[in-house]
Amino acid sequence: MTYFVLVCLVMGLVTYFTRALPFLFFSVRKPPELLDFLQKYLPAVVMAILVFSMYKDIDFRAAPYGIPALVAGAITALLHLWKRNVLLSIGAGTAAYIIFIRII
Amino acid sequence: MALVIYAGAAQFMAVGLIQSGAGLLEIALLTLIMNARHMVYGLSLLEPFSKAGRWKPYLIFGLTDETYGLLTTIEPPPDLDKTKFYAAITVLNQVYWFVGCMVGSLVGSAFLFNTTGLDFALTALFIVLLVDQVRAVKKPEPYLAALLGCVLALFISPKNFLLVALVISTGALALLRERIEGRPRGTASQGVSEKSKQDSEEKGDRP
Repeated sequence: MTYFVLVCLVMGLVTYFTRALPFLFFSVRKPPELLDFLQKYLPAVVMAILVFSMYKDIDFRAAPYGIPALVAGAITALLHLWKRNVLLSIGAGTAAYIIFIRII
Repeated sequence: MALVIYAGAAQFMAVGLIQSGAGLLEIALLTLIMNARHMVYGLSLLEPFSKAGRWKPYLIFGLTDETYGLLTTIEPPPDLDKTKFYAAITVLNQVYWFVGCMVGSLVGSAFLFNTTGLDFALTALFIVLLVDQVRAVKKPEPYLAALLGCVLALFISPKNFLLVALVISTGALALLRERIEGRPRGTASQGVSEKSKQDSEEKGDRP
């Protein structure tokens, strides 16, 4: 519970810091170009890392060889490319996963 | 969470991080990078917020993607106090968010059946967010940088996987900067940079 409160506090403070930063520093100066570059491309990097991290603990050498997670992930991605509906993609992907782990 | 953090993507991320018992430093760094885009938002609101007085700290706190979108798109009615207008939008946005989060958590805890596998929803969420990123950033380098960071992190320190992967990937991304920006191509994220450039030029013009 204390861990939860600490996480909330840390995340709240950091979030507030990111929003307040321009008001603190750049009211007179221009922001550095590297920061502008990083804020553009880092979200893509972070998402790729987060997806990887969800798959990294799966044992691909033993049955079911991570097939449920891989196929359900592919379903999620394809559905989202096709329909662009967040709830549909997550719902269908998760439902597929739940079914796969019970039948495979 | 909805009251203290008030950042959608970061709150979703927090669920997974708390579950895996991630370190506070890791969480702080990930939140910083996740919300790094907010650092640019304030640039276009420096001027409007300058007269906000005691509301200013809260207006900055409530500067989410959605609030930013509204504040920079809607022109306040001329007969209305600008600060009150901004504050009303920001407060209403957070109320909607808070109510939504509460309803979600109540419905969630009412589930009594076997929820094994439901945790895949988090993986699915990250996949969805990644697909949205791929749509906006149509260049291979950021994803290659991420892959490099992930693979190296698995060997270097699986325990601090996220942190190590993030540091390596960010370094790789910075090194690839000229390659990425050297190829002028129309991407959604370039609109953002042009906008912020405009803003800083406007600032420079002011005496």
